[in-house]
Amino acid sequence: MSTVRIPPVLRENTGGTRSVEVAGATVSEALDDLFARHPALRDRVTDDGSLSEFINVYVNDRDVRYRDGLATTIGPDDTIILLPAMAGGH
Amino acid sequence: MNDQSNPAVRDVNATEAVGLARDGYRVIDVRERSEWDAGHVAGATLLPLGEVAERIAEVAPDRDAPLLLHCAVGGRSARAAARLAQMGYTNVVNLKAPIGHWKEQGGAWEEPTQLLSPGQQRRYARQVLIPEIGQEGQRKLLDAKVLLIGAGGLGSPTALYLAASGVGTIGLVDDDVVDESNLQRQVLHGVDRIGMRKVDSAELTLAGLNPETTVVKHVERLGADNVERLIAGYDVIVDGTDNFDTRYVLNDAAVRLRKPVVHGSIYRWDGQITTFVPFAGPCYRCMYPTQPPPELAPACSVAGVLGVLPGIVGMLQANEVFKLVLGVGDTLAGRLLMFDAMGTTFDEVRIWRDPACPACGEGVTAESRVGASAGVGA
Repeated sequence: MSTVRIPPVLRENTGGTRSVEVAGATVSEALDDLFARHPALRDRVTDDGSLSEFINVYVNDRDVRYRDGLATTIGPDDTIILLPAMAGGH
Repeated sequence: MNDQSNPAVRDVNATEAVGLARDGYRVIDVRERSEWDAGHVAGATLLPLGEVAERIAEVAPDRDAPLLLHCAVGGRSARAAARLAQMGYTNVVNLKAPIGHWKEQGGAWEEPTQLLSPGQQRRYARQVLIPEIGQEGQRKLLDAKVLLIGAGGLGSPTALYLAASGVGTIGLVDDDVVDESNLQRQVLHGVDRIGMRKVDSAELTLAGLNPETTVVKHVERLGADNVERLIAGYDVIVDGTDNFDTRYVLNDAAVRLRKPVVHGSIYRWDGQITTFVPFAGPCYRCMYPTQPPPELAPACSVAGVLGVLPGIVGMLQANEVFKLVLGVGDTLAGRLLMFDAMGTTFDEVRIWRDPACPACGEGVTAESRVGASAGVGA
């Protein structure tokens, strides 16, 4: 199982859960497992089957845009970080 | 070797030495750099004892040149003079007297350059003691000009610590007034400031903390029309804004003018911090190419924010400013630091320059660069 970190703005779609254990050998499979557990997340994270351009996806500290995208392979100890931009400052 | 017996070396007292220097003897100071820095003979050349033999040829290629050597009392310079005589220098004299005598005899003397006034040395004593800062670093802070976009949650701790530490000029861009609901986190302001412009309130607070810091107030909202004018005169920009439009506008202008931007953002229990150094590391558009829809980026006024969160994030931003100004350490350029107050964890991801970035990517020219004409956000 890998771990997916749920960013604060998406926690309303996971009932407040901050991280979810998922199965899968690639980012794509791991996210499918995540969406099976929390269906509302699918439309927030993906757009027509590809990653939303508003959300960066990291495996550990690496952006999957600079690896193999959704096909990036993952191991059981890896952490997937979903990272939408935050704007607040005041 | 007994230098007294060497005809090429002659000991002189201070009166004679001052005269010889006026007659054209080249004065060579064989003390260490730290002694030199505390004051030295005007026009002298520093050549520490350990380097004399090695470097004398570049200082005095002519071995018949008249040389006057000195140190603190005449011991080290006697050894240096003997060594030079051994190397074939024919006209070496050694000042065999405390260097104080030189000054008493009216010898030319240069006092050390005072980087800090006595008052500044007292005020900043604790950070001047740090080897990476010292008087030179403190001078850099005093000469630094830092612009804070926003005098609110993030701007409060940043401004307080920058001013306290002696950053010489702090610019504040904010057109808002203090509201009671700000006080839970915006510690620059207080109950007696409600209704006052935030920049005016900030100026009062910072003046009380450090009257030496100049506060420049910009009562306006940063936008495409004024961004270049606002940031042009500053060394470092600290982004503590509350919306994406401003962040993209600031990013594009900072890339154009090559200004480093220290980025901080907060949401409820979470914060993100990074530093954008144009062309040396990624920019905001490399990290977030497309502006998210509003529902992904609610403002603090809608979403809420823990009071200490901007404190922690703003202070980390101040820490980045110090390193940028001092030129020491490793900044967060190329790294995004994420703080989760709920779990008290810091995570870090790497961010890369995007070759296709419309602001700083390959092949982007001044004309084609995003925001170059109209300054459109995203």
